[in-house]
Amino acid sequence: MKQYLPITALVLLAALPLTGLSSYMMHILILVIMWSTIGMAWNLLGGYCGQVSFGHAAYFGVGAYTAGILYTKSGLSPWWGVPLSVFVVALFAFVLGFIVLRLRGPFFALATLASGEVMRVTAENWVDFTGGTLGIMIQERTWVEKIWYFYIVLAIAAVTFFLVKKLIESKLGYYFVAIREDQDAAESLGINTTLYKTLALCISGVLTGIAGAFYTNYMGYIDPHVAFALHDISIITIMIVMVGGVATYWGPFVGAIIMVLLAELIRSIPGLGVAYQTFFGILLIIIIIFLPNGIVGDYRKLKGLVGMGRTLS
Amino acid sequence: MSLLDVKNVSVHFGGLAAISNVSFEVRKGDIVGLIGPNGAGKTTMFNVINGFYNPTEGKVFFKDRKISGLKPHQICQMGVARTFQVVKPLQRMTVLDNVVASAFLRVTTRAQAEEIAVETTKFTGLHDDRDVISKGLPLGKRKKLEIARALATQPEMILLDESFAGLNPAELDESIEIIGKIKARGITIMIIEHHMKVIMAISDRIVVLSYGEKLAEGTPKEIGSNPAVVEAYLGEAEGA
Amino acid sequence: MTSVQVEIFLQTLIAGLLLGGLYALIGLGMTLIMGVMKIINLAHGELMMVAMYIAYWMFVLFRIDPYLSVLIATPLLFFLGIGIQKYLINPVLKAESILPENQVILTVGIGMVLANLATIFFKSDYRSTPVSYATSAFYLSDFWKTSPIELSLSIPWSVSFVIAVVITIGLSLFLGRTDMGRSIRGTAQDPDAALLMGVNVKRMRIVTFGIGSGLVGAAGCLFIPIYYLFPSLGGQFTLIAFVITILGGLGSTMGAIIGGLILGVFESMTATYVGMGWAPVGRFVVFVAALIFLPGGVASLLKRKRLAR
Repeated sequence: MKQYLPITALVLLAALPLTGLSSYMMHILILVIMWSTIGMAWNLLGGYCGQVSFGHAAYFGVGAYTAGILYTKSGLSPWWGVPLSVFVVALFAFVLGFIVLRLRGPFFALATLASGEVMRVTAENWVDFTGGTLGIMIQERTWVEKIWYFYIVLAIAAVTFFLVKKLIESKLGYYFVAIREDQDAAESLGINTTLYKTLALCISGVLTGIAGAFYTNYMGYIDPHVAFALHDISIITIMIVMVGGVATYWGPFVGAIIMVLLAELIRSIPGLGVAYQTFFGILLIIIIIFLPNGIVGDYRKLKGLVGMGRTLS
Repeated sequence: MSLLDVKNVSVHFGGLAAISNVSFEVRKGDIVGLIGPNGAGKTTMFNVINGFYNPTEGKVFFKDRKISGLKPHQICQMGVARTFQVVKPLQRMTVLDNVVASAFLRVTTRAQAEEIAVETTKFTGLHDDRDVISKGLPLGKRKKLEIARALATQPEMILLDESFAGLNPAELDESIEIIGKIKARGITIMIIEHHMKVIMAISDRIVVLSYGEKLAEGTPKEIGSNPAVVEAYLGEAEGA
Repeated sequence: MTSVQVEIFLQTLIAGLLLGGLYALIGLGMTLIMGVMKIINLAHGELMMVAMYIAYWMFVLFRIDPYLSVLIATPLLFFLGIGIQKYLINPVLKAESILPENQVILTVGIGMVLANLATIFFKSDYRSTPVSYATSAFYLSDFWKTSPIELSLSIPWSVSFVIAVVITIGLSLFLGRTDMGRSIRGTAQDPDAALLMGVNVKRMRIVTFGIGSGLVGAAGCLFIPIYYLFPSLGGQFTLIAFVITILGGLGSTMGAIIGGLILGVFESMTATYVGMGWAPVGRFVVFVAALIFLPGGVASLLKRKRLAR
């Protein structure tokens, strides 16, 4: 039964827009699916391989700018940026990984945070190439209705989901988790930890970059502040996976639903709108203390807290 | 034929010499015991052979190829596996998955790796516990898991670091039996231990370290009657 | 070299050193926390921001000079730090989870809350404390009438620098001479050994977080006369603290001082000779370079020298 869950979910999601949703609802749906993708990508590197990246905005932004710069410099449709970003982000991730993957644990986290910010500042200052703080605006809108954007991002998410699942169930997955659990033991078992960490980073980065390239096409406008955002991309990504469930297949999806809906809910309350980061911060703190493995990961604990669990745990 | 050749190895940490000019050979098919008081440099020696440390001086050869300076995973791929004194299970994985992960070294598909893993867990007596999350294992079984993992990489030589420490007599007997079976498969074994009776009983040769230097080398009988060794080490252990 | 070039160079150097002294104070808090508790506090800059707002409101409402606010903000931040450590960080350290970096993420959450609360209550307007002596300075020509070059030493910068030095010396004496200071250092080196020797390790950890917060609070008060204030300035100072901590070596007071001075001079030089916009990039580059090439920081260099003798 459980093995049909992904296909069922995919079919249900694909059928959803046919029920006639408003443009606003479609937008929310697209955001949820996009963030699920980024979350799943991050989860591969962070949840499964144990390398916690605080700078995934770097890959998102490089993907987004690949599409944007392709458009401004060559006039081609920015949709070509999606396949192109695979190569660009892979190369970028490889070089970045070469520098930061030799660092362990919290130092890796800090270095990735730094790299996200470096990319942002670079994009701001390299005006000739990126347009600086003015950003890049796509003049022609491919479609007016959101439905096609939805199907594209759904396809991206589906590919990501199945790719991650296949990887984790394979030799790669075992190696990633071995590295997460005990890197030295993994090395002693003949696992080339540098190679596999780099692989995890590149795959994770490329998937995130594709989401970024999609974003450029969907929103029609990017600038360094948006595309390389520390709080609004890197931290949100971590939150999505932590809230939903690290190292689970469905965690990022659950987390994306919660975070996107929560954000919209808070923003829609007048006066409270500005405070959404406070709520996110508090939510993050609560999750870290009480449900560190997320909703899907700590499902039993959650049931117990809510009073639904068995009396003896 | 000498499988492992340690030549004039010294390891310095800052100003401290953890190992000074140690040389010895391990013959194929032998069980070699590495003994010495605490702090003698035994685990450091394993770390050098295994690739975690580069020797400050000297070289290590495996099957006549220089392995000192290589990374641990490369050395493992060449056929040297090791266990850790402070056991390092892949905690959130089951016993079977732990062994599957290491079996992947020589094969590519999950089915093949599982086949090797199942065989190895049966070999080490862990088959009944194969679905237990390794975090919840008692110490004796964790030590066995270390050995199982090392075996699944299909090594030619295995370094066992205090695999007997902390075991009760029944577990001890089981482990000695496993070592016997490993030797019967033709795998060369080097073992660090403090259980003197066990080491004397199973080893073909013994190397004694003290304060980072090689104190003596020889058969158990020779070591047992070596006055320097008795004074430095055996004397204390007899009373313990 | 022309006299103008010499003047620019020396002026940049002086500015760098003064800045470095203040940076060192920011870094000291963090290196202490990281050294003793191995905790990475990504809310460090936000704590400084809180202190700066305290100093700002003391100035605006009660006309209290920011330098006097050091005496107010430092203890307040001390208790805030203790509260955070006791009620938020300690529970997380005990929790069982897949990701070991939970504690870092926790501090991110704390930082977000602090920064956002400040934005809500105080709006994101830039603020400053225009003290009467804000633009005054010592001029070299006042002392050396026939000097070929002109150098200026801004008074607020100088006073901040001097107070920072005083606090740093005070901290060194505290760590080196008092019982509590020794307990803290012991806990940093080997918590188990310290425990066995009767040190209340748990309490030392809480106290250390308090001291670290207090230090960065003092730094905030020293910064506000020469800088401007807005809710999201925490991030850059957290980064500065990290660069200094890594550059100097975890837990090393001397390292933090040297690291702070190095960073201050480096930034000053970058600003003058390369361009202001790239300064953050310079910081990150130093940070990552230090992480990779000198993971033990300046402190490890000092230790190597000592061992070699």
